[in-house]
Amino acid sequence: MSQTSYKPPWWLPGGLSVLAIAALAGLPLLALMNEASNLTLLDVVNDPYNRRVISFSLYQAILSTALSVVLAIPLAVALSREPRFFGRTLLINLFSLSLVIPTIVAIVGIVSIFGQSGLANQLLQNFGFNSFSIYGLQGILLAHVFFNMPLAARVFLQSLENIPQEQWRLAAQLGLPSSSRWRLIEWPAIRSQLAGISILIFALCFTSFTIVMTLGGGPRATTIEVAIYQALRFDFDINTAVALALIQLVLCTLIMIATHSLGTHTTQGLSSIKLNQNTLYASGHYFNGLIISIAALFLITPLVSLIVKAFNPATIGVITHAKTLSAASNTLVVALAAGAIAVAMGVGLQLSARHLRLRLYKHSSGRALQLVGNVILVIPPVVLGTGLFILLRPHADVFALGLVIVVAINSLMALPFVLRILEGPVLQAAQQHDRLIQSLGIHGMPRWRLLDWPHLKKPIGYSMAVSSTLAAGDLSAIALFGSERIATLPLLLYQRIGSYRHHEALTTAVLLLLLCFALFFILQRVIGGKPDA
Amino acid sequence: MHSVLPFQFFKKSPLQLPSSGLRGNTRSLAASIVTCGALLLGSSAILAEDKTLTVYTYESFTSEWGPGPVVKKAFEAQCECTLQFVPLDSSAGILNRVQLEGSNTKADVVLGLDTNLMATAKDTGLLATSEVDTSTVALPIKWTSDTFVPFDYGYFAFVYDTEALASPPSSLEELVNAPDDLKIIIQDPRTSTPGLGLLLWVKSVYGDKAADAWKKLQPKILTVTKGWSEAYFSLFLNGEAPMVLSYSTSPGYHMAIDKTERYQAAAFSEGHYLQVEVAALLESSTNKALGREFLQFMLSKEFQTALPLTNVMYPSTDIGDDLPAEFNKLIQPESVLLIDSAEVRDNRKEWLREWLDVSSQ
Repeated sequence: MSQTSYKPPWWLPGGLSVLAIAALAGLPLLALMNEASNLTLLDVVNDPYNRRVISFSLYQAILSTALSVVLAIPLAVALSREPRFFGRTLLINLFSLSLVIPTIVAIVGIVSIFGQSGLANQLLQNFGFNSFSIYGLQGILLAHVFFNMPLAARVFLQSLENIPQEQWRLAAQLGLPSSSRWRLIEWPAIRSQLAGISILIFALCFTSFTIVMTLGGGPRATTIEVAIYQALRFDFDINTAVALALIQLVLCTLIMIATHSLGTHTTQGLSSIKLNQNTLYASGHYFNGLIISIAALFLITPLVSLIVKAFNPATIGVITHAKTLSAASNTLVVALAAGAIAVAMGVGLQLSARHLRLRLYKHSSGRALQLVGNVILVIPPVVLGTGLFILLRPHADVFALGLVIVVAINSLMALPFVLRILEGPVLQAAQQHDRLIQSLGIHGMPRWRLLDWPHLKKPIGYSMAVSSTLAAGDLSAIALFGSERIATLPLLLYQRIGSYRHHEALTTAVLLLLLCFALFFILQRVIGGKPDA
Repeated sequence: MHSVLPFQFFKKSPLQLPSSGLRGNTRSLAASIVTCGALLLGSSAILAEDKTLTVYTYESFTSEWGPGPVVKKAFEAQCECTLQFVPLDSSAGILNRVQLEGSNTKADVVLGLDTNLMATAKDTGLLATSEVDTSTVALPIKWTSDTFVPFDYGYFAFVYDTEALASPPSSLEELVNAPDDLKIIIQDPRTSTPGLGLLLWVKSVYGDKAADAWKKLQPKILTVTKGWSEAYFSLFLNGEAPMVLSYSTSPGYHMAIDKTERYQAAAFSEGHYLQVEVAALLESSTNKALGREFLQFMLSKEFQTALPLTNVMYPSTDIGDDLPAEFNKLIQPESVLLIDSAEVRDNRKEWLREWLDVSSQ
């Protein structure tokens, strides 16, 4: 107890985090800028191929956003009009599962249903239609809708369920027909979320890497992210990589500014949804049921098909293959290291931000400190990777450092999620007892041990689980820095898809899925303790 | 309350001396680091005696049916070293990889570049002279390079499945103008040497009109793969398309090993583009003597006779009757096309752009 006399300054945890972020993101960015001084940006923008890549990135993102949002509206309305049916909660929880399921795993499932020999194509052929190709723009759109339509539906549903009961009662008393209820009650609730969710989905699709790599990637369907990767790993064309990285940087900054100026708060997806009593719709059950069934089929069949087909003649060979085992252990190392670093940086930022807000009453400074952690939203992983490449190549064998670099990039990628999860709990942990603690003169480690840790261990466990799972499933960083020496399961899976070894890909995908689920639940339990204990 | 902390475990760790405080721990930690370091140094000194030659190559070279296993066994028997093949995912990728790694590369030798990439590769300054006697080399062209050792050669050709395609096009022009339902699989010229080969083949036939030819070819291209293996093994042999970009020698393997004449190469009247596959030593290698020994070994009878039925190419030296009889049944190009390596170096980026531009429309 003699250590209580030492009082670390309030800015120390946040300062260390900022320093780490500056080193991981700032230095590569400087290297990028420095390299860019060698080229004329106008030539880059005027190059016909670059222009086509830029416009394809925008085009597919706009289409993906429009499709996801438009399809989500009837689904959200149908779900809100049917507040009670078997499996409803399960289905809605499935909507946020994309947080745990790695993109590349879901793609394997999607291909097994919608691919050349998948169920959907066989049905089409049986009815005399031409088969549908999963590769190219249509495949990219399909996968983007698979991931983002549920996200939008969940946000709309939440908004619909927050409509005050009085409005429904009034509508019933006035005997409003279904069309007027839609126009006067439901549509305004949906419209209030429309801009926010659209820009979020647009940002996600615009920087989409894994989906475009696996389902597009040919010269006809390449986004800026993938073109940067190809310039580095196909062409050794550093100039093109740097130029495209800068263009991506500018466009992402614009999107971020748009997001903030819209002041969106759409991503409340982490809180629970309360049931409303919207049982006034006596008719239309069949129609609602149809919409919900189609959506459920669309979301569930790829996952079921994946799991069923994972058990095939190649299974044992894949699981016991030395490559698979080393990739699995690399994945675990990357996931835990990136998760721990992300959580440490996140806790550090939030503790100092809290001090700024509660003790020094500097709200905007506190907010700015948190924003530092969102740097990856402006510098996408492939851009960051390009910067790191240029920074480190003169001094070291970049591929030997592969895993370390991947951990660094993945920890920054997880940081925005960690910050979002921790923000509320860190403030709450102080608001109740801050004055008492201050008057007792408790600070530093004892304060953390007595007050913060008991309050925060659950959210910390949750953010560790989320960030480790994200890192375990990421392809973008390892695609740049992986090699035959160092692979993770997502890279191995990508290679097996790329060489059309379907059986091996299916088994690898399920292995990665199991690893992610295990990480997600075990980390929450081990760090956060028993649920509701 | 603290029991959930995972690091609680270490409090009762037997490694901790009961009476020692923080300082004592630090000291014992430092001592163990020193011990570990000494052990590591010791073991690396032992490892250094066992020499390893690291060779970057493409995937199919090292596959179980490829030349890799045979060559490894033969060379290790004479060199008292370990020959380590590192399979990269594509052939042009080998050059890209050593460029990315620069002088920090782990490779001693690169194996699998070709005539088209020679000038580009030499310009990187990463390669050393081979000091190999290439007087036994017997190629369709005269060999003068002091850096690259040619180990085999072949002609690019479209291989077709006779059961899916009765009458294949008889010229590049016929292929370009064929109906769009004739599907072909090609490789990406940025990552694959056959892909680059086709780009140059089209260039040498069409010159300034190459972009138009590619435009007409577009609807017939089922897919562009990263490397040759995916195109040939995973797609073509699984019946995904009736024609694939490969080599005039490919049918030799099917005739000799599979005993089937089902897969044949289509002879094109404009002539076929030549590819000579080469290997080279890296300037940064710390094993130069061993590397040169390996390069010389690549021209030995042992290495050369293994090539026709493992790498499915013509050997770069005359091996006489050791050439499988099936290789005499292969198509012979009416004329041999080849663009000078320096011209490829000067124009490759521009031609790639032209291809990308047409392919992305």
